[in-house]
Amino acid sequence: MTAPLKVLIADDEPPARKRLKSLLADIPNVTVTGEAENGREMLSMASEQLPDVLLLDIRMPVMDGIEAAEHAQKLYRPPAIIFTTAYEAHALQAFELNAVDYLLKPIRLERLQTALARAQVLRPAQIEALHSLAPPRTHFSIHERGRILLIPLADVLYLRAELKYITLRTLEREYLLEDSLNRIEQEFPEHFLRIHRSCLVARDMIQGFERRHEDNGETHWVVLLKGYPETLPVSRRQQHIVREIG
Amino acid sequence: MKTMASIKQNPPPIQVVLPDFRNLGFTLRTLIIANLLGLAAAILRSESLAGMWHELLAISTLLQPMLLFSMLALYALGPLIGQLSYRLGVLAVLAIELVAATLVWAFTSTLFGTDNMFGLGRWWLLTMLTTAVLLGYFNLRGRALSPAFAEARLQALQARIRPHFLFNSINAVLSVIRDDPKLAETALENMADLFRVLMADNRQLVPLKSEVALCRQYLELEKLRLGDRLQIVWHTDNMPGDALIPPLVLQPLLENAVYHGIEPSGEGGEIVIAINLEQDQVHALISNPYRKGSANHIGNKMALTNIRERLALHFDYEARLTAKESENNYQVHIVLPYRKSSKP
Repeated sequence: MTAPLKVLIADDEPPARKRLKSLLADIPNVTVTGEAENGREMLSMASEQLPDVLLLDIRMPVMDGIEAAEHAQKLYRPPAIIFTTAYEAHALQAFELNAVDYLLKPIRLERLQTALARAQVLRPAQIEALHSLAPPRTHFSIHERGRILLIPLADVLYLRAELKYITLRTLEREYLLEDSLNRIEQEFPEHFLRIHRSCLVARDMIQGFERRHEDNGETHWVVLLKGYPETLPVSRRQQHIVREIG
Repeated sequence: MKTMASIKQNPPPIQVVLPDFRNLGFTLRTLIIANLLGLAAAILRSESLAGMWHELLAISTLLQPMLLFSMLALYALGPLIGQLSYRLGVLAVLAIELVAATLVWAFTSTLFGTDNMFGLGRWWLLTMLTTAVLLGYFNLRGRALSPAFAEARLQALQARIRPHFLFNSINAVLSVIRDDPKLAETALENMADLFRVLMADNRQLVPLKSEVALCRQYLELEKLRLGDRLQIVWHTDNMPGDALIPPLVLQPLLENAVYHGIEPSGEGGEIVIAINLEQDQVHALISNPYRKGSANHIGNKMALTNIRERLALHFDYEARLTAKESENNYQVHIVLPYRKSSKP
């Protein structure tokens, strides 16, 4: 007999979780390793439990199922993902199109069994397709020593492109992020401001601008941050934002 | 079986009724049309623009007291006229207007000397003509709107419960069936009641208390799903339970409050419903927590438009719906005229 299939459930509604658990109890060789109330909780559980399959509700508070699925790809051993939903017409279309597994609530035992039997890890193309469905991310995720660290969008001071990575700065520390500044800028046009070819600053974190004089007589602007001593240079090309914002 | 029968029936014949003489909409429309006729008369009688103002002023000395007097008389006698058939009602209105015309003519001629601009005969004729034009207008308006009344039913269906809610509720009931059959029973009964109303013929106004009862059943179902995340506070001590209201006006608003206010929040929140009577108006306030910038407002706007249209259909200008959003709160305010149901 093979090891039991480890399943982690994420749904914000207690009765929905209960129903899934009682259905899973009727399927042989399956164990439920945990139940999470939202995507964020699911990710912290998944880092420790390393489940084989995630049963993910789509509409959840704090972090929805689709964003959670994206972050889950950074787990040490990415789990297979099956979405569960009562009615999300736009999502269902995309799932069909990209052959992503999903179950419609109320879920039937037989459907759940078949889905578990053929559950697969998402391919990059599928993740890309789901990305367009999700609202802008609420968190950035960083893979660090087998765990996923989630940094809430609101904690980010600035993002700076280095050679191969992006450095993400919060008040506490720095993280290395695998992403692209352009993509982040497009995803959060309201939240971040481009001050330099290689730097995005969170608008809410800007305290003000200051003019700096260089030894060679030239002047340039820098951004002052709220509660953080470092200053960030504004490139010549982006100087117009000083007038627009300051 | 009642709903099945009503689906097969042809649309009911259009029933023409006299306008509601106590409605603000009636008063406004009458004033506007009568004064436009007065303006037309002034233009016909004058040769220059300056002369027109003079004529208008002269006409107004008769027209304005006449309008004021008519409005008051119709307001006072409205309920009596309403009990007559359409034909008799029209005759009654014409009679009232003739009496009003005579009294106003006598009054103004004593006030301004005998120098009335029309003889009494001509004044009678003008009054009859204007009244006929107005009654004709309200007749046509009634006909034009009556298919809309039939449509109000369809619209109420469009404002129907989200499929999202239906399937999630069925799912919730399934989850409690094994452990708590009693709870499952109550939940299914509530669902049955909700859908009975949703599928009923929703053209008629219903007493406020039955709409509120429906809302409570709906919220009980949501409570099953959301548990402690959903907190409800009712303020209905001063609620006129017999006030008439179009069906499914409050329920969709509560559904929005749950969908946009409670579900997106991890900790949940409180929905406050306050309904009370102030003078002759029924006020209903629904407020829920709300985070700015949360997506998907289209569904909410659609529901609001739909409810506004149905309120206007039944109450014209006398009902209104306003929505207000602040930093972390969303509030809908409905004002209705207080009409009592005839049934106790």
